[in-house]
Amino acid sequence: MPSKAHGEKASLGITLGAIGTLLFLHVPLWIIFLYSFTTDESTYTFPLPGFTTKWFGEALKRADLLDALTLSLKVATLSTIAALILGTLAAAAVYRNNFFGRDTVSFLLVLPIALPGIVTGIALRSAIASMSIPFSFWTIIIGHATFCIVVVYNNVLARFRRMSSSQIEASMDLGANSFQTFRYIILPNIATALLAGGMLAFALSFDEVIVTTFTAGQQSTLPIWIFSQLVRPRDRPITNVVATIVILITFLPIFFAQKISAESSDTEGDSK
Amino acid sequence: MTHPAIRFEKVSRHFGDVKAVDAVDLEIRDGEFFSMLGPSGSGKTTCLRMIAGFDRPTSGEIFLDGKEVSSLPPFERDVNTVFQDYALFPHMTIDENVAYGLMIKGVPKAERIKRVDEMLDLVQLPGYGQRKPSQLSGGQRQRVALARALINHPKVLLLDEPLGALDLKLRQQMQVELKSIQERVGITFIFVTHDQDEALTMSDRIAVFNLGKIEQIGTPSEVYENPATSFVAGFVGTSNLISGEAAQRITGSKKTFSIRPEKIYLEPSTNKPSEKMFSAVGTIRDVVYLGLFTRYLVNLEDGVDLVVIEQNINSTSMDVLKKRGKKIRLSWNKEHISRVGN
Amino acid sequence: MWAIKLNRLSAYFFQRPKLVTLLLLSLPMLYMLIVYLGALVSLLINSFYSLEEFTGLVVKEFTLSTYAQLLKPTNLGIFRRTAVMAMAVTLMDAIIAFPLAYYIAKFASARLRTYLYIAVTLPLWSSYLVRVYAWKLILSKEGILSWFIDIFQMNFVLDWVLSIPGVGGSSLSLSPLGMFIAFCYIWLPYMIVPIQTALERVPNSLLEASSDLGARPAQTFRKVILPLAFPGVVAGSIFTFSLTMGDFIVPQSLGNSRFFIGQAVYSHQGTAGNIPLAAAFTMGPIVIMIVYLLIARKLGAFNAL
Repeated sequence: MPSKAHGEKASLGITLGAIGTLLFLHVPLWIIFLYSFTTDESTYTFPLPGFTTKWFGEALKRADLLDALTLSLKVATLSTIAALILGTLAAAAVYRNNFFGRDTVSFLLVLPIALPGIVTGIALRSAIASMSIPFSFWTIIIGHATFCIVVVYNNVLARFRRMSSSQIEASMDLGANSFQTFRYIILPNIATALLAGGMLAFALSFDEVIVTTFTAGQQSTLPIWIFSQLVRPRDRPITNVVATIVILITFLPIFFAQKISAESSDTEGDSK
Repeated sequence: MTHPAIRFEKVSRHFGDVKAVDAVDLEIRDGEFFSMLGPSGSGKTTCLRMIAGFDRPTSGEIFLDGKEVSSLPPFERDVNTVFQDYALFPHMTIDENVAYGLMIKGVPKAERIKRVDEMLDLVQLPGYGQRKPSQLSGGQRQRVALARALINHPKVLLLDEPLGALDLKLRQQMQVELKSIQERVGITFIFVTHDQDEALTMSDRIAVFNLGKIEQIGTPSEVYENPATSFVAGFVGTSNLISGEAAQRITGSKKTFSIRPEKIYLEPSTNKPSEKMFSAVGTIRDVVYLGLFTRYLVNLEDGVDLVVIEQNINSTSMDVLKKRGKKIRLSWNKEHISRVGN
Repeated sequence: MWAIKLNRLSAYFFQRPKLVTLLLLSLPMLYMLIVYLGALVSLLINSFYSLEEFTGLVVKEFTLSTYAQLLKPTNLGIFRRTAVMAMAVTLMDAIIAFPLAYYIAKFASARLRTYLYIAVTLPLWSSYLVRVYAWKLILSKEGILSWFIDIFQMNFVLDWVLSIPGVGGSSLSLSPLGMFIAFCYIWLPYMIVPIQTALERVPNSLLEASSDLGARPAQTFRKVILPLAFPGVVAGSIFTFSLTMGDFIVPQSLGNSRFFIGQAVYSHQGTAGNIPLAAAFTMGPIVIMIVYLLIARKLGAFNAL
């Protein structure tokens, strides 16, 4: 429960500091938007020498870019599906009972995002290499699923804990077997948590670069494409446009996920 | 021949070393309003959960209408429950909540609608069908939970402290209403509560639970007037328990007896005790004026404290408060004591 | 009949709750144990192998020689450089995060608080690479920052900073200073949220009591607010420290030729195929983070998460 707003007004120093930090967080993103309209092809000159929207059209014609985008979307979709299944199963098990070692389960699931990405990346690489499995589309998904599971798990478990457990008993009491109870009671109750968790997992996977560099073979996902441009800028205007599009693509699911979580905690506020 | 609605045979439920329910035998008659009364942790809720099927006995057998059911899951028992927190499904309308049992059974939609309306009429919520549970008050939710549980016409309806969350006025109103609904539908109600007033008001019979065992089963008047054990005497209503030397001086026997505070007369200490009465002399140590009546704490000569309640028929607060510290004679009809075991 | 079969099956499972838990757990746990823990174990094992210099093949025999290589001056330099950067970033983030966290926790109305919270966390979820890229744009020689510096005629300051060895470089976008700025930017939300959480738990009555007792605002801040916010700072520092240490994107994009741990791991496994050395390098951050987490737990940081 957040404490109520302090009676006094914030001092000028605090207010200015807060505004400064907010600007520091957001201005760089606006600058990216700005640059996607520049006419400058070879440097990052500011002020922009001129405005154009042609690079959006150019970007859409680039086969390497579209391939990378398609690959990223495929990877994110499959990783999200895997995470939804595995994360929900784990959340259900942990919610159901106090079995020995449930903390261990949570710990194990959190580990891939608690440790630096490079640890997960190099660990998977050494394991995959030592088993002589070729690096492919599927090894990318195996890597992404490890850190997407926890997002779904956290969301679904939090929802389970907010749901009164007597609902499940009530359903069985009224004659519904476990499968009917899952379909009519549990699934509708956790649906928005699945949606929110799924979107976060999707955004996480869509944006991931570190683990991907270690688990991909010759495949280039969109983040890997951007990374190569970061190290050796060849297509500056195209990269500017891609950066803007990526922001929009990741912003939308995150924004909706936040909205869903906020709304469902509002409507269920009284049962907390 | 008709079977009892519920029969327990040596039913125990252990959680590790804790005997939540300890070899309980019990028979609940068809069509009665039966209360399980006891403090929390006395085993009454565990008994209820075993009847519903949420929990299984560690040993013993439970019969529902003559059929052994203790290993059947809840969805295969002809028993429905009104939950303490109502457990309404928040994503469904009131109609959908009430119709849930029928929907699962595959009852056609037209009939479902008809029966839901009947049920909502029964619990006096006509026209509320399209709302969501979050739009109802606590008392209304409770009625919906009742309608949802009754629509299947179960053999037995279980109520797990359903009135606990309501305020006093609403609770008293619901007590009357529950009783009349039970009489109308003729279903066996098993009502779990820790509130003795509630149990006394509504029940045909009461089972008083303590530490996993039943201390006494009887009608409200039996349990109130003839408590079988000192626990029952203390838990159901207020009671004065007198034992040992003090009991010997008053009744001539060391056996423990109980006497209700409202059965005791306060007289001037100079009065001679009558033949039909037991009596003792003491000092009024404390007086609490409660409007309708006054509660006295009287200290007997041998150190025993008794609670006495007197209606304020002729007295005002000024009168009663002056009595503090006065020496007084207590007397009560010999028939009003009950000998209790331990 | 389907329905009856399902009922039978359901009843079977209902009577065996432990079996159900086991079934639910089996799939996710098998995945995490085999894929993730298996990989970590394989990493550990690999760090005890070595690379045959001439053939470029991994020798699968137990040896400590790979770890011995970590003690070479260049490699020790990498560890030191990374640790100093992680500490500097952590410190700076704590300073920048504080005013905003304090404002959100204590001065914002409930409505504003929700918006500010989203404003803080949205960048966190938005593309990490793109946010690094933003600094490539901002810091470049002809970019927006240089333009501002030029307007205020502060070029001599920039030139002086860039000439400091170990901090500067040919331009801001190719210097440790540039990396530092980008790191501070990228991990900042991780610092704001825990500090805000910690401050929200400080009851206002405590602040009022302090000013009631005659403390000036500055004194209240130093004696009451800072100590109570400290667990939040430690919690935030777990993220800023760990993430900076394991990152290779920022050094690769904005740094110079002097390596950081992440880059060393990346390049050893990549071009050289020296997985044993890369694995040994990774043990560094893991050990440092474990120690760090143990200290943080002592300082009560986990309650602020």
